[in-house]
Amino acid sequence: MISRRKMLASLGAGAGGLVLSGCDRLDGSETFRGVLRSSEGLTMRAQRLISDRTALAREFSPSDMSPVFRSNGTAMPGTSAYQAHLASGFRDWRLRVDGLVRRPLSLSLQQIRAMPVRTQITRHDCVEGWSAIGKWHGVPLKLLLDAAGLRQEARYLVFHCADLYGTNPYYESIDLIDGFHPQTILAWGMNDAMLPVPNGAPLRLRVERQLGYKHAKYVERVEAVATLAGIQGGKGGLWEDNSDYEWYAGI
Amino acid sequence: MAATTLTAPVADPAPERGRLVKRHRIATRIWHWVSALAVFVLLMSGLMIFNAHPALYWGKYGANADTPWLMINSDANGGFVRLAGYRIPTDGVLGRWADGDGNMHTNAFPGWATIPSYYSLSGGRRWHFAFAWVLSLSLIAFLLTSLFNRHIKRDLAPTLEELKPAHIGQDIADHARLRFPKGEAALRYNILQKLSYVGVIFVLLPVMILTGLAMSPAMNAAWPWLTEIFAGRASARSIHFIAAALLALFILVHLIMVVLAGPFNEIRSMITGRFRIVPQPGDKA
Repeated sequence: MISRRKMLASLGAGAGGLVLSGCDRLDGSETFRGVLRSSEGLTMRAQRLISDRTALAREFSPSDMSPVFRSNGTAMPGTSAYQAHLASGFRDWRLRVDGLVRRPLSLSLQQIRAMPVRTQITRHDCVEGWSAIGKWHGVPLKLLLDAAGLRQEARYLVFHCADLYGTNPYYESIDLIDGFHPQTILAWGMNDAMLPVPNGAPLRLRVERQLGYKHAKYVERVEAVATLAGIQGGKGGLWEDNSDYEWYAGI
Repeated sequence: MAATTLTAPVADPAPERGRLVKRHRIATRIWHWVSALAVFVLLMSGLMIFNAHPALYWGKYGANADTPWLMINSDANGGFVRLAGYRIPTDGVLGRWADGDGNMHTNAFPGWATIPSYYSLSGGRRWHFAFAWVLSLSLIAFLLTSLFNRHIKRDLAPTLEELKPAHIGQDIADHARLRFPKGEAALRYNILQKLSYVGVIFVLLPVMILTGLAMSPAMNAAWPWLTEIFAGRASARSIHFIAAALLALFILVHLIMVVLAGPFNEIRSMITGRFRIVPQPGDKA
């Protein structure tokens, strides 16, 4: 009896080790990763199925706000171009809206701030698991897209950023459902003040139904495209390209 | 003694006497093993996700500047767990540990407990969300099947008689003395089994799935009430972790009970459905 138990225990431990190294090996296989990743599409379709395309993320009252809103990722873009813009208070800085649009735009921060403002107190959910509630002030992306006039072929919006990771600039992308969502704004203000540099000054994306890494900071160009294939690594974002994160970050 | 030996079937060479009977339905067996695999992957990939931010909070939000009720970390004195303000040294196991090659790591949970075994949040998430679908869909299928084949009503639901404190007390005493039924009584779940299975199937697993969904920013827009019923996202994340710990505890006790009750017979009954009973005094036939 004892020996049978011992045998079971050692079998169990051996199986455990095998299973673990097996999981690592499976994770190293691109085919198996593809199988696991297919659930991303299922998740996106299921979440889109049960929610209206304009369903709003919960908005909070000022008393719900985090005392300290954590910033993550780049805290200070190191390029000389960004440093020059920062030194001049973003006087000569421009946001470009181009790609598959009929009327490309080049807008100063002043022009953007003169547009209708949406203020929203929302929760920022980081992929790592932490979350913080903050107040954002910005222009609904829809207004910029309407002004630029998307061409028929446009499917995605790519946000090109001023901060570099190695030699690659940060970038992110969303589809048109999130692009035209009422809470999707390009925020120039946070917590009743101008947007601080660690949080993406002068302009960052808020796309409230997705995780933090989709909320591109230091946005300087919005490009409408038909496919994400030709841009950097082709997966639609820096974290998607470099670290294999999902393009759809609704969960 | 002599009489027993004489009446034992001569043709049966097995040391275990008795007869094989049908024990578990095919739906129950398939669901059991699919869930066992899914829960195993979900627990371990979940620990990987936890490692990305090894702190838990109560309320609607929680990040580095806020006060966690649970934190796994390391400092100059080594790895530790901080629970409600108390520092519990866990060096070598949690917070700071060495891998198989002797390299030190300062992640919360060690490599042998996570999927993948090396730090990869995107990898952990990929496994977690794929198997979350497996767990959820198989649970729904099992619940529907068990409703229609009356598994829930006939086998899982405790009777009023069983819920009497005296009966529960007797069952606790039997378990404590490791006295397990061998005859026809072994074909029915005892009250502690029923309560733990009902607790897992109807409480723990649904809470795991719902708190998981309550953390999703897209679900937050689709079903705002879901995050509310768990008192906010940081609370939902804490409850997700506590329920996972309870599930791990259930699995541990479940496995111990399988070993104590006779692992070969028990595991066979969950694979082939056949279970050997040894007729006891008082059994019919």
